[in-house]
Amino acid sequence: MGEVILTMNGIDKSFPGVHALDHVNLEVRKGEVHALMGENGAGKSTLMKVLTGIYTKDEGTITYEGKEVEFANPREAQAAGIVIVHQELNMLNHLTVAQNIFIGREMMSGKLINDKKMNEEAKKLFHKLNIDIDPTEKMGKLTVGKQQMCEIAKAISHDAKVIIFDEPSAALTEAEIDELFKIIRDLREKQLGIVYISHRMDEIKVITDRVTVMRDGGYVGTLITEDSTKDDIINMMVGRVIYEEPKTKSNVAPDAPVILKVENLNAGKMVQDVSFELHKGEILGFSGLMGAGRTETARALFGADPKESGDIYVNGKKVDIKNPMDAVKHGIGYLSEDRKQFGIVVQKSVAENSTMASLDNYMNGIFINKKKEAEVAKKYVESLSTKTPSVDQLVVNLSGGNQQKVVIAKWLVRDCDILIFDEPTRGIDVGAKSEIYHLMNELVAEGKSIIMISSEMSEILRMSDRIVVMCEGKKTGEMSISEATQENIMHAATLRN
Amino acid sequence: MGKNEKKGNVFTNNPLVRAIGTQKIVVVLVIILLALLFSIMSPSFRKYATVVSIFDYSYYISFMAIGVTFALITGGVDLSIGTGMIASGLVGGYLITHQGMPVIVGMLASIVLGLLFGLFNALLIAVLDLPPFIGTLGTMMVARGLGSILTGGMSITWPAASVPQGWFRSIFKLTIGNVKFPLGFIIVILVVIIMSTFLNRSRPGRYIIAIGSNKEATRLSGINVVKWQSLAYIISGLFTGIAGIAYAATFQAVAPGTGAGLELDAIAGAIIGGTSMTGGYGTIAGTLLGVFVMSLLKTGLPFIGLQANWQQIITGLVLIIAVLIDVLKNSKRA
Repeated sequence: MGEVILTMNGIDKSFPGVHALDHVNLEVRKGEVHALMGENGAGKSTLMKVLTGIYTKDEGTITYEGKEVEFANPREAQAAGIVIVHQELNMLNHLTVAQNIFIGREMMSGKLINDKKMNEEAKKLFHKLNIDIDPTEKMGKLTVGKQQMCEIAKAISHDAKVIIFDEPSAALTEAEIDELFKIIRDLREKQLGIVYISHRMDEIKVITDRVTVMRDGGYVGTLITEDSTKDDIINMMVGRVIYEEPKTKSNVAPDAPVILKVENLNAGKMVQDVSFELHKGEILGFSGLMGAGRTETARALFGADPKESGDIYVNGKKVDIKNPMDAVKHGIGYLSEDRKQFGIVVQKSVAENSTMASLDNYMNGIFINKKKEAEVAKKYVESLSTKTPSVDQLVVNLSGGNQQKVVIAKWLVRDCDILIFDEPTRGIDVGAKSEIYHLMNELVAEGKSIIMISSEMSEILRMSDRIVVMCEGKKTGEMSISEATQENIMHAATLRN
Repeated sequence: MGKNEKKGNVFTNNPLVRAIGTQKIVVVLVIILLALLFSIMSPSFRKYATVVSIFDYSYYISFMAIGVTFALITGGVDLSIGTGMIASGLVGGYLITHQGMPVIVGMLASIVLGLLFGLFNALLIAVLDLPPFIGTLGTMMVARGLGSILTGGMSITWPAASVPQGWFRSIFKLTIGNVKFPLGFIIVILVVIIMSTFLNRSRPGRYIIAIGSNKEATRLSGINVVKWQSLAYIISGLFTGIAGIAYAATFQAVAPGTGAGLELDAIAGAIIGGTSMTGGYGTIAGTLLGVFVMSLLKTGLPFIGLQANWQQIITGLVLIIAVLIDVLKNSKRA
């Protein structure tokens, strides 16, 4: 490791209602690969956005090459030599590799673009990096791995001195990762400073020199990778104060029957051989990091996405779920994480939304029985204490928490016994959150069963009777609530196999 | 990660085929087949006059189509080119025949009005972020009404070929003695060469393609997407004005309140020529070929006894097949 090239000191950033960064520090040296770690929402991306000028900081200093800097936009940061290789690749699929690399700074001969020269320059660049890609190939035809190589080459061609990799390995195959690491080591050799954002513990051990851990927007500490164990890092990541009391033991009777059984479910890369059981009256928590495949599992189970293989049993009977209609027929309701897009029709009334999934029962010949609809809607508004002036109110005018209740009402009206809650409290304020929790507990007490997908550790520990942990499309852990700790959940969530 | 996999077959791996593009070769084959079919089925189709007539029909569609190709490549569309073209033709002709202005002034007025429609679309779509379909649909209606109002609801006749002021008609159809030369075709070819070079070899052209490919990525590359997206609609407007002149030169009169629907012929031509409806890909030469398919169908079908309604059906089917090819090509890539 060489001298310090970049220091971020006491960086503070607030958004309305959120303290996103709380005096965070980061130091990067030349010839160093520096891991930036933390759970979802720990503030890693925000910190990098502050660095590259996408956000402006409220407090703190950024020192780069000995001078205090503040970039106005990513363009300026890039010109100074700080480049991000994004997780979502910013590629122009219809243009060639060389055209992508030199976009915005095309080589000209007179008024016309000189593609030939750009191809030659790109070729030289690839040669220097030991990358085997044809610069005249259309970007869209390359594999994700090769596209990433191009993105790296583009960064290098900008004369980068600091390269930030934002979860670079997420979409790569084993062999591609090896190649990526080779290039990163090469860059380290050339005395570049590298920030490596990743969730994968094994990679951190292999490729990085130091680790800075963030948690809930705060700076936790920096370790030397070689001198620390995986557990050290995990402890720093999860050591958060849990405000709500976690559940200590399961509320489900030991002899409760299995209401839903999923065996070897496969659907693409994100759902591989997932098996689990859901008992009557149970809240089964699905934990994992972003992109673990939990939502994909739920969608495949619900028939929203096609599945390749796997058996589903409801009440011990094997069922064939090809589409959401089949799922609903078998009493499964899905409450999407994206309410606005999939859960409710915001420009319709509370009553209309409530009967959306069970209109057949509220018909009078070919007309909707408005009176019956209003009655059932009223019933659930009362039992769920939904705050709305009337059942004729448009859902768009309700708060997030009350919208969620309308979605719940929709599935209760349909008489679903199995409810899949995908991030049930996302975008809901604290008060309404505990109401939703209360409601979920009441539902299971009445004999409904719940699968709860949540990215919030505290929510998982507070609500679940049992916990399934996923990582990269595979189930990597299953535990009862009495065995579960933040540490062993995080362990399973970062297991890569 | 392996070596570069070779995809395709002998045909698509042929360097010449790759350079020209499969779609264009298919379209050329379709044109030849159609021409053969019409010639065999109708002896009167095999006349020089018919060829001139096919060209005649192609000019105004060609200009509209070349312009709209730029809007399509950004991932948008321009529905205002049909009524915009008529409005341009009306206003230009009105200045000449009712205000006694020189023909060249009328032509310039047509182009300026076209440009104004383009600017208006650019403002709506690139600056104010309206969906292209909605923004240009509004402009389409505005143009239709505006053309009628500005000319007092009258049909406008540009000077006839027989009078000295009718010289502009010779730009497109030069008559020497008894022989008519489709001079407009040479002009169209020149425009195609210029606009192809602009699209493929200039920075603005490259950025217009980039926006259609991935607008956000283009923006993050530090490129002024508002400016270049605007330019695409301004180009579309410019060619709307030029098409107005071509339309006036081809037909006896320009009638107010018409033009709606003509944009679809141009858009269909561009799509048949391989321009992607989702943006990011398109060629001007392909567009011209697509326009020829449209023009050939328009002129040729009556010769084999299929009248207007059948033309609509067949043209519609050809368009669907062309887009289907695009869709299948894309789904295979994914």
